[in-house]
Amino acid sequence: MSNEPTNNEKLISSFATSLVIPESQVSESLAYNTINEWDSTAHMLLIAELENTFNVMLDTDDIIDLSSVNKAKEILAKHGITF
Amino acid sequence: MLIEQAPYELTVAKKAPLLLAQLNSLTAHHREFCSEYESVVTAQWPNYAVANQLAAVPYLAVSLFKHLSLKSIPDSEVFKTLYSSGTTGNPSKIALDRETAGLQSKTLVKIMQHWLGKERRPMLIIDKPSILDARNSFSARAAGIKGLSFMGRNHCYALNEDMSVNIDAVQQFCSEFAAKPVLVFGFTFMVWQYFVEQLKQSKQRISLPNAILLHSGGWKKLEDRAVDNATFKQAVLEHTDIPKVHNFYGLVEQVGSIFVECEQGHLHCSSYSDVLVRDAETWHPLPLGKEGILQLMSVLPKSYPGHSLLTEDRAVILGEDDCLCGRKGKYFNIKGRLPKVDMRGCSDTFTPTVRERS
Repeated sequence: MSNEPTNNEKLISSFATSLVIPESQVSESLAYNTINEWDSTAHMLLIAELENTFNVMLDTDDIIDLSSVNKAKEILAKHGITF
Repeated sequence: MLIEQAPYELTVAKKAPLLLAQLNSLTAHHREFCSEYESVVTAQWPNYAVANQLAAVPYLAVSLFKHLSLKSIPDSEVFKTLYSSGTTGNPSKIALDRETAGLQSKTLVKIMQHWLGKERRPMLIIDKPSILDARNSFSARAAGIKGLSFMGRNHCYALNEDMSVNIDAVQQFCSEFAAKPVLVFGFTFMVWQYFVEQLKQSKQRISLPNAILLHSGGWKKLEDRAVDNATFKQAVLEHTDIPKVHNFYGLVEQVGSIFVECEQGHLHCSSYSDVLVRDAETWHPLPLGKEGILQLMSVLPKSYPGHSLLTEDRAVILGEDDCLCGRKGKYFNIKGRLPKVDMRGCSDTFTPTVRERS
């Protein structure tokens, strides 16, 4: 019997999928615009992926604030997702 | 800092001292870190120390960015380069570091939140999907679409690769989202030529009665077709039911601090920018109501000396803090481009002492 992935696993997988990077590269400190793969175009894909995965609606403040993996956790926590 | 203020609430008494202090500090910063800028300031404003009023802040002709690589950061910190659409000759090259690029996005969002709200809207983009290909070629059109995309969700491109209307995609978008607040964005000419005109010719119409259309990019091509703002809005309403249409003005040399048209049809300065109009012969600042050459000031440009720029556009400042729409700040109208000959005139004013380094 396989367990439901944890929210942390879902988060890592969302980043890896939308930025097209290996999961091992998704660290807490990974930040927007510090790697070529996380540019403004990928950022919109990431936002859509996070919204679908966690069933939340992110507003424009969230998009601007979501500047690292760590920040993503904070913002999702604000929307009721626990890590 | 002005960047922390709401976009349209500062009266001149509060804004002017803050703005002047920030522009003075940017002038000092760029004099220190951009030697070409320093040469221009020394040549054009001998004995310049500090500006005691807005009109005394040194300014560069925007065309200088076409000829020189003007930046205040080392090459190793260039994070991306923006290029103007440049219909003739060299495009402008604007070097951004992470800080300035981030400030631009934040400011754009802050201004747009005022017009659209914080919630992201389903977004119809009047362009072809491939406009965003070739990730590292940052054309002005692609940069504009990327910047505005932050305000949207469920992005849908209205045009096919051959610039025909993708009517199936558009109708699908309408049936899904027409009841909600929607954002439609495109470049002025694209919206007219490839969307409104095509709908008209093919006798099709769409209905987005809760949408706001934002458009930008200049009226030149539409003026050639005798299409003015009122005609544009009327045709948009007729063929798409979109009731709210706002033009916005901005330069690739000052991305982020854009000027949005209010309900009265006036372009508004935000807290992060300001304008002056200068006489084309004497370069003296002109009073309200007089047409001249538009100068733009922005508190954002830190990685390149673009905080005070003389444009190639003619404009009239209509007033300050008293627009009937209620927003504070200066408001103005664009009156068209300068003739070619004048444009060469302005850049010549600044070129003799500066040689390009490569």
